[in-house]
Amino acid sequence: MSVRTEEMVLNMGPQHPSTHGVLRLELTLDGEIITKVVPHIGYLHRCFEKHCEVMTYPQIIPYTDRMDYLAAMGNEFGYVIAVEKLLGIQVPERVEYIRVIMAELQRIASHLVAIGTYGADIGAFTPFLYCFRDRERILNLFEITCGARLLYNYIWIGGLSHDLHPDFIRLTKEFIREFKPNLKELNNLLTFNKIFIDRTANVGILPLETAINFGITGPMLRASGLKWDLRKDDTYSVYNKFDFNIPVGDGRMGTVGDSWDRYFVRVLEMEESLKIIEQAIEQIPDGDVTAAIPKRIKPPVGHIYSRVENPRGELGYFIISDGSTSPFRVKVRAPSFVNLQIMDELCRGHLVADVIAILGSVDIVLGEVDR
Amino acid sequence: MIYDFFYNLTGSVIISGTVVALLPLFAFILPFALFAVLLERKVAGHMQDRLGPMRVGYHGILQTVADIIKLIQKEDIIAKDNDKLFFNIAPVLTFAGSYAAFAVIPFSSIFLGADIDLGIFYVIAVTGLVVAGILMAGWASNNKYSLLGAMRSAAQIVSYEIPTILIVLSIVMLTGTMSLYDLSENQTAYFWNWNIFGGPNLDIQKFLLIPFMLIGFIIIYISTLAEVNRTPFDIPEAESELVSGYHTEYSGMKFAMFFLAEYANMFAVSAILVILFFGGYQSPLGYLGNTLNIPWLIPIEQFFWFIFKGIFFVFVQMWLRWTLPRLRVDQLMTASWKYLIPIAFVNLLIIGVISLI
Amino acid sequence: MKQYFNNIFTALVTILVGMKVTLRHLFTPSVTIQYPDVKLPLPERERNRLYVNMDDCIGCDQCARACPVNCIEIETVKSVPGEDLGKTSNGKKKALWVTKFTIDFAKCCYCQLCVFPCPTECIYMTDVYEFSEYDRNNLIYNFSTLTPEERRQKLENLEIYNQEKESKKGVS
Repeated sequence: MSVRTEEMVLNMGPQHPSTHGVLRLELTLDGEIITKVVPHIGYLHRCFEKHCEVMTYPQIIPYTDRMDYLAAMGNEFGYVIAVEKLLGIQVPERVEYIRVIMAELQRIASHLVAIGTYGADIGAFTPFLYCFRDRERILNLFEITCGARLLYNYIWIGGLSHDLHPDFIRLTKEFIREFKPNLKELNNLLTFNKIFIDRTANVGILPLETAINFGITGPMLRASGLKWDLRKDDTYSVYNKFDFNIPVGDGRMGTVGDSWDRYFVRVLEMEESLKIIEQAIEQIPDGDVTAAIPKRIKPPVGHIYSRVENPRGELGYFIISDGSTSPFRVKVRAPSFVNLQIMDELCRGHLVADVIAILGSVDIVLGEVDR
Repeated sequence: MIYDFFYNLTGSVIISGTVVALLPLFAFILPFALFAVLLERKVAGHMQDRLGPMRVGYHGILQTVADIIKLIQKEDIIAKDNDKLFFNIAPVLTFAGSYAAFAVIPFSSIFLGADIDLGIFYVIAVTGLVVAGILMAGWASNNKYSLLGAMRSAAQIVSYEIPTILIVLSIVMLTGTMSLYDLSENQTAYFWNWNIFGGPNLDIQKFLLIPFMLIGFIIIYISTLAEVNRTPFDIPEAESELVSGYHTEYSGMKFAMFFLAEYANMFAVSAILVILFFGGYQSPLGYLGNTLNIPWLIPIEQFFWFIFKGIFFVFVQMWLRWTLPRLRVDQLMTASWKYLIPIAFVNLLIIGVISLI
Repeated sequence: MKQYFNNIFTALVTILVGMKVTLRHLFTPSVTIQYPDVKLPLPERERNRLYVNMDDCIGCDQCARACPVNCIEIETVKSVPGEDLGKTSNGKKKALWVTKFTIDFAKCCYCQLCVFPCPTECIYMTDVYEFSEYDRNNLIYNFSTLTPEERRQKLENLEIYNQEKESKKGVS
């Protein structure tokens, strides 16, 4: 005699503590085992791409901030590089250095949120607040530089809105010095905790081939074992002047490409970012940061695809210019959006609790997924 | 005993019975819950480099009172498709389960609700009611998250009762009593007489027992942690997975009852640990009342030491909660069946062999 | 079997290491502040509520055009000859009555794009950040110094002037 069993459909989100915003995951469960995951997106859709078509090029910058709001500097950076290529202008050396410092500080801030919330997803709330404590210091650095803490509008086409604050270098050095022991402490508290490793190692294994087939980029791809970082492999700005490593997942606690690897790659990337910042601070030249800002931004007819390595992966901007002051079309290749589609592949056969662990390790920002 | 005291005072069985039954609730559980909730928030705050509640009263000491006033005012929401009868019974049942355990806990040599011979057995039995309440709450809520939480909780509590009972059994085997009062009285006065240090008899057996008592204590601490659903075993209410688990649908005072039950439970299991391993209400360093020759001071001192030890273990529970991540449901079962139960069993055998020496 | 005991050992050790970390933090002073009682000093480049110094505003509409969310609304009326509007602090002569200058802070995204094009530096960001309101309409700030009557009067003046000019043209 067989007992009739039914699959249960469980809606996780859009109001759920650990879907990182307004994502709805439609889980089909067999007991507690996932048989299917369908992500439903669009709760935060703000028509970014359509908006761009009616605005001038500089006006779009505040809107790019609001896509991946945890890495606003990176978004501006990518957009500005694309427009500068379209315009064909060279920016001063100092500007490039400051941009790199800001982007790397932003990367640390973004990864701190990623690993902090990941800890909170797994159930350890304390590391989350330690991470936010350190992130707060980075935001303070941004605040003294441009006056805003989250949505900066700092990197402009051809330059920057402000030069560095006189105290910036000193405070950044201070931050780096005090952040390094905190990172060690975080590793002691969370990364190498046995329970944390049990929860994340061998969970949501992403083989390299699948990752490439799905177009996964960023720390997720590197955790699967491929040394692919646009800062090195398709270098932009002044990244070729710095010496840094690209951490890849090595399956230390389980299999290559599991959730723990994805988490740990982010921890290692923060250390590499610190290295870049230290070098950039030493090498930074003098100069005027607003000199190269063009008076009228009116790119010639043409199109461009330009990409940068954002904390979450390859952020690409495709801009078509029709020769007027506003773009004809802006298309954004958002890393979170692309990375999110792997959810179904990763979650099948795991337990409900693992969905949280996997979603956290994918590290999406809904502002960028929905745009 | 306290019952006799009230009986002599009033001469009525009913009045003295009622007073003795309500005394732990009003003299202890409610003030403790108020204090423990605040302690939890303060401990969490300071461990996370925050301050915790600071607004209500000096350093927020009246925060929980304000919270309770808020909870009383809140609307008692019962959704349309809830199973109303079970939905209403469940919080009461959960609270009753944890409250009933306090009946036999000796707070001091004279403050003891009922000195029954099967004290520890009774505690394990009535705390089983908590599972029934949780399961009922999860089922009656008609919410998938609640149901998942309740099912997890039932599985968890049932499997973690086994290592608890095995350790309790080893203590019972060694001391030959199940009465909590006798267990406390056995480990008299000084801390080297506590069971964790091998019990009151000074011989070779005592020293052989110490490592195994330590292992036993760790195991029972872990498994009681799981029984009261605290991190790292809080999967029934895992807020990042199941929103709030079995009490997702509850609001107002019914939610407060679950909350109260959780904190009452925390103290109950800590009290059991204290009685089993750390001398119950006995002072670690002798009594001031004996030295100063004031006999009435001794019960008060005992009460203080009992509360102190109990709250210390409650603090460790909080400390663990704000340090550790949460286990997954299958790992939880693994931890119990593959690790705790075999070790507890071997421990039981070894303690049995030692007790024969 | 070795793995089994290794698991127990690492679990206990890492838990103890974690507990050590949190215990140390229990005794470190907190990093948070009691917000409404204690406020952090704001850096000088702080970007919060906009302020318009109307004495300097020449009504050039550049800020409104730079705004990506169209939260600034400006309406100007030409002055008639003989009216003295005064000068701005950097010596520019004003030629327009700014009859309406409103900023809707519910829309404002604090991007500072309006600040840079201003020729007289009359619009700038202040460090006021506590201005929440119960009604959204209260977030529309009116900076124009002219009263509605004055506004009507200016419009009438211009009307009269234009008519006079028309009639003069007709005469000549």
